[in-house]
Amino acid sequence: MSAVSKRPDPPPLTEDAILLEPVLRTGWRFYVTVAALLSIMALGAYAYSKQYREGLGVTGLGRPVYWGFYITNFVFFIGISHAGTLISAILRIVGAEWRRTITRSAEVITVMVILFGVGNILIDLGRPDRMLNVIFHGRLQSPLLWDVCSITMYLTMSTLYLYLPLIPDIAILRDHTNKRHWFYRLLALGWTGTPKQHRVLETLIGVMAIIVIPVAVSVHTVVSFVFAMTIQPMWHSAIFGPYFVVGAIFSGIAALIVAMALIRWVYGLGDYLKKVHFNNLGLLLLVMCFLWFYFTAAEFLTVFYGSEPAHMTIFWMKFTGPFAPHFWTMVTTCFVIPVAILCNRRTRTVLGTVIASISVNIGMYLERFIIVVPSLSQPRLPHSESIVYSPTWVEWSILAGCFAAFSLFYVLFTKLFPIVSIWEVQEGRERSIAEVTERLKTYLPEPHASVERRAPVGVTP
Amino acid sequence: MDFNLGNDTEGVSGRGCTVSTNARERWGERNNEDKPMAKWGMTIDLDRCTACQACVTACQAENNLPPTGPDDSRKGRNFTWMEMIPFAGEGERPKAIERLLPRPCLHCDNPPCVKVCPVGATMLNEDGIVGQVYSRCIGCRYCTTACPYTARYFNWSVPVWPEPMQQHLNPDVSVRPKGVVEKCTFCHHRLQNARDNASAENRPLRAGEYTPACVEACPAVAMTFGDLSNPHSEVSKLSHSRRAYKLLEDLGTEPKVIYLREGE
Repeated sequence: MSAVSKRPDPPPLTEDAILLEPVLRTGWRFYVTVAALLSIMALGAYAYSKQYREGLGVTGLGRPVYWGFYITNFVFFIGISHAGTLISAILRIVGAEWRRTITRSAEVITVMVILFGVGNILIDLGRPDRMLNVIFHGRLQSPLLWDVCSITMYLTMSTLYLYLPLIPDIAILRDHTNKRHWFYRLLALGWTGTPKQHRVLETLIGVMAIIVIPVAVSVHTVVSFVFAMTIQPMWHSAIFGPYFVVGAIFSGIAALIVAMALIRWVYGLGDYLKKVHFNNLGLLLLVMCFLWFYFTAAEFLTVFYGSEPAHMTIFWMKFTGPFAPHFWTMVTTCFVIPVAILCNRRTRTVLGTVIASISVNIGMYLERFIIVVPSLSQPRLPHSESIVYSPTWVEWSILAGCFAAFSLFYVLFTKLFPIVSIWEVQEGRERSIAEVTERLKTYLPEPHASVERRAPVGVTP
Repeated sequence: MDFNLGNDTEGVSGRGCTVSTNARERWGERNNEDKPMAKWGMTIDLDRCTACQACVTACQAENNLPPTGPDDSRKGRNFTWMEMIPFAGEGERPKAIERLLPRPCLHCDNPPCVKVCPVGATMLNEDGIVGQVYSRCIGCRYCTTACPYTARYFNWSVPVWPEPMQQHLNPDVSVRPKGVVEKCTFCHHRLQNARDNASAENRPLRAGEYTPACVEACPAVAMTFGDLSNPHSEVSKLSHSRRAYKLLEDLGTEPKVIYLREGE
């Protein structure tokens, strides 16, 4: 309030001091990681500079396979981005108390990875210098413009949704460290933790959590519309919207589990990211597994039963043709392996869920790939020149560069801000235990009321 | 109406060329304010076609298509605005008769490519021609994937011509930069030239004055070009022949290149 008491003595962080450790202390491992990631990024940047100078001819693309890795990356990264905001928002709304330590790491994934989703679309452009034409001359009839609108909105909202719950923690950093003091003071927006501030913040978080869900659903729906709105075989499908949303949440949860395991291992946060978190997320992943299988089966059975020739060409390419290895690996990694691991309580450990998650992410990348490429490989008209698309080193390097850049951004975030929400953990410890007990009581029949109601039964006039 | 019906002419309306680049104004609809425009179209008689590929070569020369070799072909990087599509013919291999079908851009009346363009770089203009604005295109290749006929081409690199060929480029047709999509334009520059000539002489456009290079080159006279909206034009009559059919007609794209079946 007054300018004199700029730095009042903050309450000590005895119990949660470990959460500030990554921000305060930096070891050699950090520099090695950053150096490794930077060198991979440099390779990706070199590959892109070559593509920028020489044109898209340096890729494996050609007629008729006009889209390949970059569009696959785009769909995949946008899918991963559903990890954060959507899962965190749902857990907040339903009041799942186990969310407290994991929401932050989920929300960061969203914001960081969405940049690479957008980035891959820009990398895919033949004329990136003209990308602003989409704004100056945009046509709303084009599904690509729906993507532009929806993803921009999603990026803005997810950033805000990441930032809001971060404010009290930034204030803690401001009060407890002398590092980058100006930076934290600026971002803390004068947070002092008064009850009024808490009320405003919680209202805002609550509102954002509700708004962000339809936006997140719309994002992956319109990503699928890019394909579904064309009349190409096995793209022109009404199921694509929900199918993509389910796939996105599926791969998003898997990515979150991997990220959490890394954080737990690197920063020794086993007390915060506990087995129960991996168990619960593992169960969510299992549910999504079955849901994904249901959609996949529905999609392929519909095509098979209708057996239109143009669609069947693509169908057999996936089942037995050149894309069969991709397809069957996808079925194994997206369904067989994770279900086998996650169905059993004894294998649903931290390690088990991580293995299942890595498997799911490999499978989901393949899924995106065999949605994009086979439909283009066999156009409806017979073709004088058929090409087999295989990505070149440029496309591989750019993919690796994107992963490296995403990891670097994530690592840097953990060095700037606590990756587990400190104030939410404290709040859980101080207030929620009592609140949950109270809430539980409201679910049960009230003892007095039931006694009173029962009393007149015996008294018959 | 500027119909000019002579004994051997087909009438077409003449009007200054207007290539609309403002996509917000139009999305597939045609502009019918004052005069009805011609609806340029083509018939290809497969009974007459000998698959000599003169049309392919004429198109390459006329429209400054960069020459490509076997390497490019293997990578799917050929430029063939007019392409010979192999169709399985009658009989069993090895005695089977392979058929080739010349395929330009079909200039659909309901073009799937125009719908999806995010920046309005491709449009169906008043003449019924699906045009491409190279300076607007961002190279996202959405139109190329949306076209069911795969009739659109992308510039994978800067086009190069060997030394002597550089002096034979057609000055009427712009050379495309790398990273943009291009396609058959029904030799739209020829329509512009014909209109300029007509307006200089203060007369309407005569039939036969505007013919694309492929039609002009066809030695077997298998291709006929003209105004489909004029019931008296030859192309219009042929398009109503019993042999007439459209490629992938059930997709509802309404192509304006109409094929005449063999065997009559």
